[in-house]
Amino acid sequence: MDYRIEVEDLNVYFDEAHILKDISINIKKNRVTSLIGPSGCGKSTFIRTLNRMNDLIDSFKMTGTILLDGGDIYDPKVDVVDLRKKVGMVFQKPNPFPKSIFDNVAYGLRIHGIKDKDFIEKRVEDSLKEAALWDEVKEKLDKSAMGLSGGQQQRLCIARTIAVEPEVILMDEPCSALDPISTTKIEDLIHKLKEDFTIIIVTHNMQQATRVSKYTAFFLNGEIVESGLTDKLFIEPEDKRTEDYITGRFG
Amino acid sequence: MKDIGEFLIEKGLLITAFLSIIIILLIIIFIFSEGLPFMESYGFLKFIFGSIWDPSSGDYGVLPMIVGSLGITSLALVFAIPLSLLCAIYMAEIAPKTMRKILKPVIETLAGIPSVVYGFFGLIVLVPIMRIHFGGTGFSMFTASIILTVMILPTIISVSEDALRFIPHEYKEASLALGATHWQTIKNVIFPAAIPGIITAIILGMGRAIGETLAVIMVAGNVAQFPTTISDPVRALTSNIAIEMGYATGIHYSALFGTAIVLFIIIIILLVVANYFHYKKKITIGGGYL
Ligand SMILES: Nc1ncnc2c1ncn2[C@@H]1O[C@H](COP(=O)(O)OP(=O)(O)OP(=O)(O)O)[C@@H](O)[C@H]1O
Ligand SMILES: [Mg+2]
Repeated sequence: MDYRIEVEDLNVYFDEAHILKDISINIKKNRVTSLIGPSGCGKSTFIRTLNRMNDLIDSFKMTGTILLDGGDIYDPKVDVVDLRKKVGMVFQKPNPFPKSIFDNVAYGLRIHGIKDKDFIEKRVEDSLKEAALWDEVKEKLDKSAMGLSGGQQQRLCIARTIAVEPEVILMDEPCSALDPISTTKIEDLIHKLKEDFTIIIVTHNMQQATRVSKYTAFFLNGEIVESGLTDKLFIEPEDKRTEDYITGRFG
Repeated sequence: MKDIGEFLIEKGLLITAFLSIIIILLIIIFIFSEGLPFMESYGFLKFIFGSIWDPSSGDYGVLPMIVGSLGITSLALVFAIPLSLLCAIYMAEIAPKTMRKILKPVIETLAGIPSVVYGFFGLIVLVPIMRIHFGGTGFSMFTASIILTVMILPTIISVSEDALRFIPHEYKEASLALGATHWQTIKNVIFPAAIPGIITAIILGMGRAIGETLAVIMVAGNVAQFPTTISDPVRALTSNIAIEMGYATGIHYSALFGTAIVLFIIIIILLVVANYFHYKKKITIGGGYL
């Protein structure tokens, strides 16, 4: 059984609006899965159901099941805080806290009750190194994270996420606000991270999807039109709509 | 044509702005010109650090009133800050939407109630309660600070609630996505980020407390002497002016302007200090660390 996440017949509504329709997809362990599709088709909504971020929205309703390592994450007995520790998230817009660089990465450890200073320092350093940011910030760990560039902020957010050692990392267009050099750095990072984590990334950039991911799912109007191996989906798509989308005929 | 209209509007606004500044300056100049000569001839130190205020025998020591004003204001802040911050956090983060929609306008209305109403409530309800439970007349520094607490609560709640609610939603999501509980998120992310706004709220509340006259007169007892406990009666600087201005003449009259100068300077000092912290906090959130 090498699926980390299994989604079956997921339907999501905001009030009356039917946003996701009969979504079924399995996400492989330690692989990168890309989600592509035109704007407003429900990609963000989908990944936000995976760490129950949509719970914050009053009008959110859903049916269907989502299993993480075989356990239903919407089971009433599930501790949402625990789930979010296991399923980390990197947002579209870099959103570091208005705290020091060090405290940004240490935050997740501290809230999970870790007090050991040496351990925290070590983990902060390791996470920043893993996020390819250490060399740029090691001299100024006590400076505000708000003073970093957009690309650095996004890598800091990734460092912050991996510091708490999740199993899955959700990335919602993590490069859309970044320049090509920062984007390359983050893509390299994703390659490195997939050894330890299962990654789901939303992207509007087809090249990016082909570069970073083993699997791809194409969303359209709240449905998954096609999903499977990235190479196959981009080279010989089964569905006409997928072909239209990836060849740039709409979207 | 449009240019002329625009020109007129701009100049008009400029003139109005200048006018209000000039009026304030004139008032300040008037107060200082009435009060400063007296302070000089009576002696600055004798006036500010003198502990006896007895116009009939020519003693104009204003220190008891300085202690009175600072005493009731700081007591009121000690009560009001924790209460109002908890209330603001509840409204901004915990209360259901409908609850917030009801509470917010109610609290804003409370901020607009004239101070005589609060004073009257204090006089009729609070003073007798104090008399029964703590002895004495019931008119005291403690009673006055409770009335002031009630009066400044709405201001501090409302302004700090805005500060808390305008913290970018991204911070909250980032924290929750890391597996923080709602309360951890409030305590470690939302509240610290809102501190500059919360300091502003406290400054506004403090300004209202130290400038409040009528409600304080009605419940503080107004005896011009040092309080030894918080259940002693006190007189505030504002009360000193309001109570005696009606019949004061000559030196006594000038001494009341001297009192106004002292009040003015205390308020300026408090504002400068508070703004310094506000500014410093803002800088550290933006460019330093929390
Ligand atoms: N909080 C909400 N309340 C109501 N409707 C929402 C909410 N959030 C999203 N929607 C709707 O859900 C649909 C899907 O939105 P979503 O953000 O998931 O799209 P997306 O595929 O991520 O688009 P993009 O590529 O532009 O980020 C949209 O029609 C949007 O208007
Ligand atoms: Mg989106």
